[in-house]
Amino acid sequence: MAEGPARIPEGDSYIGRSIVRPQAARLLAGRGQFTDDVRLPRMLHAAFLRCPHAHARVMSVDARAALALPGVVRVIAGEEMAGLCAGWVGTLAHFAGMKSARQHPLARGRATWQGEPVVAVVAESRAVAEDGVARLVVEWAPLPAVTDPETALAPGTPVIHPELGDNLAFSLELQSGDPEGAFAGADHVYRDTFWMGRHTGVTLEPRAIIADFDPTERRLTVYHSFQAPNMMQDILARHLTLPEESVRVICKDVGGSFGIKVHIYPDEMATCALAVLLGRPVKFVADRLESFQSDIHAREHRVTAEVAVRRDGTMLGMRIDDLTGIGPYSVYPRTSAVEGNQTVRLTPGVYRFADYAARLRVVFQNKTPMCQYRAVGHPIAFAVMEGMVDRVARELGLDPVEVRRRNYVTAEMYPHTSQTGYFFERLSHEECLERLLALSSYRALCSERDALRARGIYRGLGLCAFIELTTPGPAFYGVGGARISSQDGCTLKLEPSGAVTCTTGVTEQGQGTDAMLAQVVATAVGVPIERVRVLTGDTLVSPYGGGTWASRGAGIGGEAALQSGKALKGNILRVAGAMLQCEPDELDLRRGKVVDAVSGAVRLDLAELGRVAYFRPDTLPKDFQPELTVTRHYVPRHQGFAFTNGIQLSHVEVDVATGFVRLLGHWVVEDCGRIINPRLVDEQLRGAIVQGIGAALFEHCVYDDAGQLLTGTMADYLVPMAAEMPDIVVGHVETPTAFAEGGFKGAGEAGTAGAPGAVLNAVNDALAPLGARVTRQPITPEVVLRALGTLP
Amino acid sequence: MDARPEVEIALIVNGVPVRRRVEARKSLVDFLREDLELTGSHVGCEQGVCGACTLRVDGALARGCLMLAAQCDGSRVETIEGVAEAGEIADLQRAFAEANALQCGFCTPAMLLTADALLRDDPDLDATSARRGLSGNYCRCTGYHAIVDAVLAAARARREASRG
Repeated sequence: MAEGPARIPEGDSYIGRSIVRPQAARLLAGRGQFTDDVRLPRMLHAAFLRCPHAHARVMSVDARAALALPGVVRVIAGEEMAGLCAGWVGTLAHFAGMKSARQHPLARGRATWQGEPVVAVVAESRAVAEDGVARLVVEWAPLPAVTDPETALAPGTPVIHPELGDNLAFSLELQSGDPEGAFAGADHVYRDTFWMGRHTGVTLEPRAIIADFDPTERRLTVYHSFQAPNMMQDILARHLTLPEESVRVICKDVGGSFGIKVHIYPDEMATCALAVLLGRPVKFVADRLESFQSDIHAREHRVTAEVAVRRDGTMLGMRIDDLTGIGPYSVYPRTSAVEGNQTVRLTPGVYRFADYAARLRVVFQNKTPMCQYRAVGHPIAFAVMEGMVDRVARELGLDPVEVRRRNYVTAEMYPHTSQTGYFFERLSHEECLERLLALSSYRALCSERDALRARGIYRGLGLCAFIELTTPGPAFYGVGGARISSQDGCTLKLEPSGAVTCTTGVTEQGQGTDAMLAQVVATAVGVPIERVRVLTGDTLVSPYGGGTWASRGAGIGGEAALQSGKALKGNILRVAGAMLQCEPDELDLRRGKVVDAVSGAVRLDLAELGRVAYFRPDTLPKDFQPELTVTRHYVPRHQGFAFTNGIQLSHVEVDVATGFVRLLGHWVVEDCGRIINPRLVDEQLRGAIVQGIGAALFEHCVYDDAGQLLTGTMADYLVPMAAEMPDIVVGHVETPTAFAEGGFKGAGEAGTAGAPGAVLNAVNDALAPLGARVTRQPITPEVVLRALGTLP
Repeated sequence: MDARPEVEIALIVNGVPVRRRVEARKSLVDFLREDLELTGSHVGCEQGVCGACTLRVDGALARGCLMLAAQCDGSRVETIEGVAEAGEIADLQRAFAEANALQCGFCTPAMLLTADALLRDDPDLDATSARRGLSGNYCRCTGYHAIVDAVLAAARARREASRG
């Protein structure tokens, strides 16, 4: 490990500058090209009949009336579909004992959640396809639905997949140190149970896919609103029995993803199978009801936590028990065990107490499948942990800031390995906390809160410290057998004009990947950023890679771009040396010109170098071959993840008559390593925080006892709106990683990781003088009024 | 009942006269996207909640998913493509780009049209009224802060230009 991170070549550095994203102008003019905007000749449209019951046998499907409808081309149900695609099982080998049942593109004989696709109708327009769906006659035999995770494992509960023996998908027990000893020696033990509501990503652009199969060449081209094109290419090839090289996946503009568009969905697989069957392009775009019923959900957890503390607030140990219901299948290929696994592993990581025990049970139920959504596990872990920290402070009459300071993993302890085995190269909890207190004028807000309480105005302040898992290496999925790349490549080509074209395996869904990579490439090569063009999201032309998820774009894609840029610069200078008959190391490349390294005097324009290299190589020495296209790859190998950290503060006012929570302000100080583009990082944090606030206060996939989803529209499922969101003040600490030359880590999920805990603690701080406390999210007015005893 | 009634409509779209035969049930936004290939108006919920299909009908903001194309016979319809090409919202576009008030870009065309209407209604609007006025347009990426900043920046620029 080096002393400190190597510096990116100084000079005309774009690192650390808030460059405007190159694609902004296009999107601002309505010239974006989202998947539904693509139209292909002879394109057909798919619509799906979905099971209206949480659990039912499909007794018969009568498609005669649908097929009689002009414009309907094909109707297909589960058995016939199974002949085109045999389905998949969502397990990973490194989750010992994990099990799940085989899932099919269309339900075969039995549907296991309300919304599972059962029959596909393909027609000349989406409207006609939906007319066809309306004319299908299906006879259902409803079966008992398993909805409550608490009873999913009880003896009397039906087993959703009898071949699995029970409804347990995965379980895990962790222990470090001596938790029993810690609890035995504690002055106080506090115990709470937290309920986290199911919610979902609500990408404003619904899931969308167009599959175009050419039977003459047997090539499948797929336009997909997706985050991981190479993963999709691999899966389509294997499950539709096509050679990998015959499948091309193209991700054009993606209208929001947040982890929703990184999983295998049965309707999308069915759409691709139908294109192969019919030899024509088939489009499927989920409507909003379908999105709520079939996009992955997340975060339905019940966590019981106990902490053992000394009377001075020192934490000695912790025990947690996490029970989560994931729907009827573990989602392929990343599995639905990851969220619970990360919850129990992340929970204690901010603090230094050694004694920790956790139990996790992941159970099947007849609800929409759950899987990884932005900040996987983190929001649960830190709502629980920080909720307990504030409980300790409240019970012992201590300052919540002081309790955190007393228990943090501190600066002198790094490198540090957490209770659950996570390696932390260097985090900055204390510095982030001090910065946050100053940024928010925390003490003044406390005084104001105390003064207002006397007037019957209940305001609260809630802190939430967190860590974020970013930049994952192959231990995340690869070792479990999933063919999901943890490495990424970056190819740079010097065009004859002196421009640089960049293709890369990481992808763009609005984060600003393109801008961030252009900044790294322009800096590393030494060209003006206007001369760098970035292309992502096409498996035929991009270097192989993982895509954008788990906050990996900057840490992995950025480092690959940096190394590729340095290599291209070296090759350019070798050509320049040959042209100028000097040593390459006497030269440098700055602002698109070859200069004398010492004096900075311009020796050669890049366009002239390009002209000679491509069109007049006869003028170069005969044994010298210019190499002006280079590729470099990067995968993190020195640590499993590049952990980051930060802390958030929420300021709220609770109307104790109505139970409404008003957000007054939100602050975050975050440390994502070296920052490439400060504005893009700020906006990742702000957007992610609002998703976390949504989880804390509004967003909830509500089911009745029979497994019927009651929140199938945006009028029922509350997405945060501008008027109710606070201003969000962002501050930074920069602790670059020394394991990669750029020093970059990820920033995409930190906001969502900490916001729910901060809001929870703020509401509880507001309610403290009334002796009330909530441990349930979303914190609706009803939850507040129950805590106050206003409602039974 | 399988016969799908059609109607003939004539309207002005982005200043250009258009005459088409459309299914009576077809929404305005589907008509614009499918029949006229104006794909800048987006479909997010088809229930009038998310606002992604916001456009102008006879000068007023409307939800393209809640109107039928047939209702627009004789109307003047303006979409992001026309408004952007006319240069009407160049200041807002610039302010959005500079504040990074867009990420995925899916809500953005409708957000710009709404913001423009807010600025016309109230050139002196403040953050609170901007937030209230933008609440019919969901953005899932930005958390709204940057959008409010951009709208206020454009408001300041318009005020200065009008004093100019």
